[in-house]
Amino acid sequence: MTATVPGAADAVAPGAAPAGGLAAHQVCVAYGGQRVLDRVDLHVAPGETVGLRGPSGSGKSTLARVLALLHAPDSGHVTIDGEPLGGVRHRLPAQLRTRVAILFQSPRAATDPRLSLADVIAEPLRATGTPREQAAARTAELADLVGLTPDLLTRRPHAVSDGQLQRACLARALVHRPDYLLCDEATAMLDASTQAHVAAVVTDYQRRQGAGVLVITHDPALMKRWATRVVDLPAA
Amino acid sequence: MTTTALPAGTALTSPLLAVDGLTVRFRLRDAVVHAVTDLSLTLRPGELLAVVGESGCGKSVLAHALLGLLPGNATVTGRARLHAPGRREADLIGAGERHLARHVRGRGVGLVPQSPATALTPVRTGRRLLEETLRAHGHTRRDAPAAAVRIAADVGFDPADLDRYPHEMSGGMAQRLATALALAPDPPVLLADEPTTGLDRPLVDHTLDLLRRRCDTGAAVLLITHDLAAARRVADTVAVMYASRIVEHRPAEALFDDPAHPYTAGLLDALPDRAFVPVPGHPPRLTDLPGGCAFAPRCARATDACGTLPRLAADGTGRVACHHPLREEAPA
Repeated sequence: MTATVPGAADAVAPGAAPAGGLAAHQVCVAYGGQRVLDRVDLHVAPGETVGLRGPSGSGKSTLARVLALLHAPDSGHVTIDGEPLGGVRHRLPAQLRTRVAILFQSPRAATDPRLSLADVIAEPLRATGTPREQAAARTAELADLVGLTPDLLTRRPHAVSDGQLQRACLARALVHRPDYLLCDEATAMLDASTQAHVAAVVTDYQRRQGAGVLVITHDPALMKRWATRVVDLPAA
Repeated sequence: MTTTALPAGTALTSPLLAVDGLTVRFRLRDAVVHAVTDLSLTLRPGELLAVVGESGCGKSVLAHALLGLLPGNATVTGRARLHAPGRREADLIGAGERHLARHVRGRGVGLVPQSPATALTPVRTGRRLLEETLRAHGHTRRDAPAAAVRIAADVGFDPADLDRYPHEMSGGMAQRLATALALAPDPPVLLADEPTTGLDRPLVDHTLDLLRRRCDTGAAVLLITHDLAAARRVADTVAVMYASRIVEHRPAEALFDDPAHPYTAGLLDALPDRAFVPVPGHPPRLTDLPGGCAFAPRCARATDACGTLPRLAADGTGRVACHHPLREEAPA
């Protein structure tokens, strides 16, 4: 099921993923009897950008949620660097959970409207018990990285634009320095300039950290520009 | 207004909608939001005008101002004359609520809302919503059901799905139903506010083609979008908004091939099939706009002259508001 683009880092035989990387093995997911993912394999190696493509309803977002350990598959399992996460359900150890981060399409649906942008970014740090001063410093560092000015950090989601809020979500996704970042149509609702900026921040982070990135997009031009390898997900 | 960007071959017919000096301000507790400033444009029969710009530049406020749908803390000045065929010309700005409700919204100016999932009444099925709209606009109880099926099919909504409630529809279905509801009264002017957000590529193309066909029958469409590829695909003319003002307005082809305003050029360079480089810096806050050109702090071509506000003046095929446009006028 892989359609490759020149420069492909690896051509993986199904079921024989190399040790390094984030991988789905024979993943099946059904919603109310409707099978969305049927024995799907996907492998994202460190440092590569995999584009995931497929028609509406083909299960792209579901696969991203499975890889982000937000949704337990009906069968099959996910591995990180060869380490299976099969038996683990809701209570994953924090060290594993924070190795994969996800960025969603709608930042409004992905943020708590009561929090300031600074608190949105710092939330994962609080959840893992990072000391306050350390969290504040890390938040400021990330805000600067994604291009949020300090005056925006005190505002709540309703008082900023979609582009600004998605930048905060990107900062939140990077706060624990994940090894894998999943972008699920993360720039679809952004204007061209903000989209290019978000993609540049992700690519820059990826270079420094050696992270693997999964990009889901319907935009052929963006896919061609951003992904080093493209995987097609067939219709469910 | 003195000049207008016209698509090639458009006859000089009188405009359906002429907006002149439209200005919208929102009063907040400790600030004033400059949402739309001195905006002038015309929409002619058959024209598809795309208004593009970064999020938060005032695009959607423009649509809501034209329909009198702004909240109470908004102050609107300027004129927007609607000249629908066979009807008396009317100014939409400052028109009474009764006039807007009876003659403008839906009938004179249709709106395809930004977020169809929240715009549809959740307790009615698609069929009831459509029939209700048709009956409010002159169809009889007898012929509304057949017309509902026909209009649904026109927008690519499978009539077999009409008995679903909005929460039982996918985003794409809700979008097509919202479009059908806007088209049902056959308004001469249609405002489409980000009608393709959240749709996948085939549905985006379908929706855009639908708007294009609408224009080809003589109606006019104002498409508000952040999607430059969409604007390029269907628009006759494009107006670029930056910090509440139109900074460039010209036929689509000329704008995409040969932009004059540095901001337009920057936006185009951010496209993934072009340089994929963001415009440097950040847009200014609409509560705190600089006195001169609002783009000057981000502009590589800025000089001292940019401390004064550039006028939106005729330039080649359209209008541009810049002291240092990328294409200087050809020497006479």
